[in-house]
Amino acid sequence: MGYVAIKGGEDAIANANELVEFYRIKARTKPIELAQILGQFRLLIDKIMGEGSLYAPEHAALVLKQNEGDVFESAFMLRAYRATLQRRYYSEKLATREMFVRRRISSAFREIPGGQILGPTRDYSQRLLDARLVTETMGDIDAFLGEFEAKLDRSSLHGVPTLSKVIDLLQSEGLLREVEADTNRRVVDITREAVKFPAPRSAALQMLARAETGGIMSLAYSAQRGFGSAHATVGELRVGEVPVRVRDARGRVRLIGRIRVTEAEMISKIKTQKKDPVPYLSLGYGLCFGQNETKAISMGILDRTMRSGGDAPCQTQEFVLYHTEGIESYGFTNHLKLPHYVTFQSGLNNLRQAVERKEKNRGNLGFGSKPAPQKINQPAS
Amino acid sequence: MITESKFQQTYNFGFIDESTKKEIRRKLLKAVAIPGYQVPYSSPEMPIARGWGTGGLHATLSLIGPEDIFKIIDQGSDASVNACNLRDFVKRMTNCRTTFDTAEATLIQTRHRKPEEILTDKQIIVFQVPQPEPLRSVERYEFKTRLMHAEADYAKMWVSLYESYVKFGAIMQGAGYPVRVNGRYIMTPSPIPRWDVPNLSMAPCLHVFSAGREKRLHCVPPFTKVEPLEFEDVKFHVEDFGAITCAASGGDKAFMDEIYESETSRKFVMNDSNFMDKVRSGTRPPQRLFTNPTV
Repeated sequence: MGYVAIKGGEDAIANANELVEFYRIKARTKPIELAQILGQFRLLIDKIMGEGSLYAPEHAALVLKQNEGDVFESAFMLRAYRATLQRRYYSEKLATREMFVRRRISSAFREIPGGQILGPTRDYSQRLLDARLVTETMGDIDAFLGEFEAKLDRSSLHGVPTLSKVIDLLQSEGLLREVEADTNRRVVDITREAVKFPAPRSAALQMLARAETGGIMSLAYSAQRGFGSAHATVGELRVGEVPVRVRDARGRVRLIGRIRVTEAEMISKIKTQKKDPVPYLSLGYGLCFGQNETKAISMGILDRTMRSGGDAPCQTQEFVLYHTEGIESYGFTNHLKLPHYVTFQSGLNNLRQAVERKEKNRGNLGFGSKPAPQKINQPAS
Repeated sequence: MITESKFQQTYNFGFIDESTKKEIRRKLLKAVAIPGYQVPYSSPEMPIARGWGTGGLHATLSLIGPEDIFKIIDQGSDASVNACNLRDFVKRMTNCRTTFDTAEATLIQTRHRKPEEILTDKQIIVFQVPQPEPLRSVERYEFKTRLMHAEADYAKMWVSLYESYVKFGAIMQGAGYPVRVNGRYIMTPSPIPRWDVPNLSMAPCLHVFSAGREKRLHCVPPFTKVEPLEFEDVKFHVEDFGAITCAASGGDKAFMDEIYESETSRKFVMNDSNFMDKVRSGTRPPQRLFTNPTV
C-alpha cells in the first residue's frame, strides 16, 4: 500500500542513514584527512565558517568530510553546533587597521598609501584546466615549496607594517557622508533575539555576515543591473588576520587569538538633498570570515542599498535579510519534501466542492444561490 | 593538531542551554498572557533543519521535564518519518518516556493536526508552525503586519475572504484557516485542517504555536475563545467527509486520508493513527465534533 511509504518510520531512517554512509565511502579510497581538507580546501572552509557563523576551521573540515562536501549542509551543521556553545564573551571592536594584510586593493585610486597588494588571488589567472594536478605527487609539492621558500627574504617579513585605510583620504577631505545620520545605532545580538523590522544596522550587518554567499551575490548583482541603483566602487578590499580581544572578569583586555577576515569598503554616491546639492560619497560596509571577497563586496553593496530607500528588492531590508539567510532558506526549501497530505486534503476538499457548485449552477459560481439559513455555529460538545 | 577531545561534547538536558530555555519560557508566559499575539524569541539553531520542526522543538525542549511523557505526530501519524526522527532526538536529549497514546502523553508535539481525542488540562500541545503571520497573504512586510495587529486593523483580511467568496462562491482557505483569539488577535492555527479549528476553542489544554524559522511563538491558553473568521451569511465549514468510513477501522466522523491503491480505486482511512487504533480496538475515545451549518 502506497500509504506505508511515508510511514517508513524508524527502520527507514536507520536504513537511509546507513545507505548514505555507504555512499560516502563506497569508492573505497583512502579516507580524506582533516589536515588535507584544511590544507587544500582553504576557501571552502572559509565559506562554511562564514555561513556557519563559527570560526572553527577544524570543525568546518570535519563537517565537510561528514557531508560529502555539501556546503549548505556543512554550514548548517556548524551553525547548529555553534548554538550549543555558551556565549561567554563579546569581543572588543575588531580593529581592521591592525590587520596583518595579505591582500589589499582599491579600485578607486591608482596608487594608495602603502601600495596596492595583489596577494593571493585568482583574479588575473586564466581559468584553464591544469592537467598537471591530475598526477600531482608529494614530490611536486615539495619541489614547488622548496623553490618558493628559497625566493623569500625572511628578514623582510618582520617589517610588514599595518596599513592605513584608503577611505581616510576621502574622510579627511570631508567627502564622505553617512547615508542616514539617524540610523539606529543600537548594537543587538541576532543570535540572542529575533530581528524586528526596521532592524538596526548592527543586526543587518550581522545577518549579512552570516548570509549565504550566492544569495547576497545575486541581490547585490541585481542592484548593479538597475533594480535599485548602486554603482559602487571598491574603496578598499583587504584580506588578512586581525587580533580578537575580550575583556576578562577583571576588566583587562586580553588577546584571545587572530582570525582571517575579508573587509570591503564600497563607495557610492549619496542622493543629493535640496538644501545641499553636493553628491557626497557614502560607504557600504562588508566584513566576513576568511577570504571570501565575493561575499564581502556583496555585503558592502547591500549594506548601502538597504539604507538608501526605494522599492527594489535590494533596497528592502526584510527582503534582503530574510531571503539570504542560507540555513533558513535551505531548511525551508527542503521541508517541502515532508508529507503534506493533510493540508493537501483540506485544499482538495474545497476544490471538489467548487467543481460541484459549478456543475450545479452551470457556470454561475454560486452567486444568487439562496442564502444560507442561520444556524448556531458552535462545536457540538 | 586536532585532539580527539575537542570534538567530544555532552549536551544539556533538552539540548538547549538553560539560559536560552529560560528566555523561551519567559516568552511563552508572555504568549499565554496575550492570547494570539506573536512573541519574537531567540530561536537558536537546532540540529534539525529549519522548516522541519525547530520551533516545535524549542517549545517542547524548554517545557519538558524528566517526568513528562512525550508524544509526537506528523500529519496525524506517530510513525511518520519526521516524527520518528524528532522523537528520537527528544528521547536522546531528555531520556523521557515516549508514547503513541494520546491520553497518556503530557506533552504532545504535532505538525498539521490536533488529535481527535479531547485533550485535558494536564496536557500541553505544541504545534509546529511554518508561517506564524496570518496576514502574510495580504501584507508581505513584517513591520506593516505588526502595525496592523497593534491597531487590530484586519480590513485587508476580511476583504480577502470576501474576494474569495466572490470569485469562487466560498471561502477557499484550506488548512491554516485564520481565527480570532479571545476576541482580539487574528492568528493562524498553523496548517491544521479546518476539521481541527473548532477544537481549539474553549479547550482544556494549553496550545503552544511555535515558528522556529520566523522566530515567533503564540499561544491559545485553556478555555479561550477561538473563532474562525466568517460572515453572517457565509459560514465557516469543516471538511466534509459525508458518510465515508475508515477502511481500516470501520469508524466514521474523523479527518480522513485518501488512499489510492491503484489508478481506479481509492479508499479512506482515519488520519489520526492513534485514534484509529483505539476505534479499531473498540474503545472510541471522547471527541468533539463540529456540525457544518446547512447550506
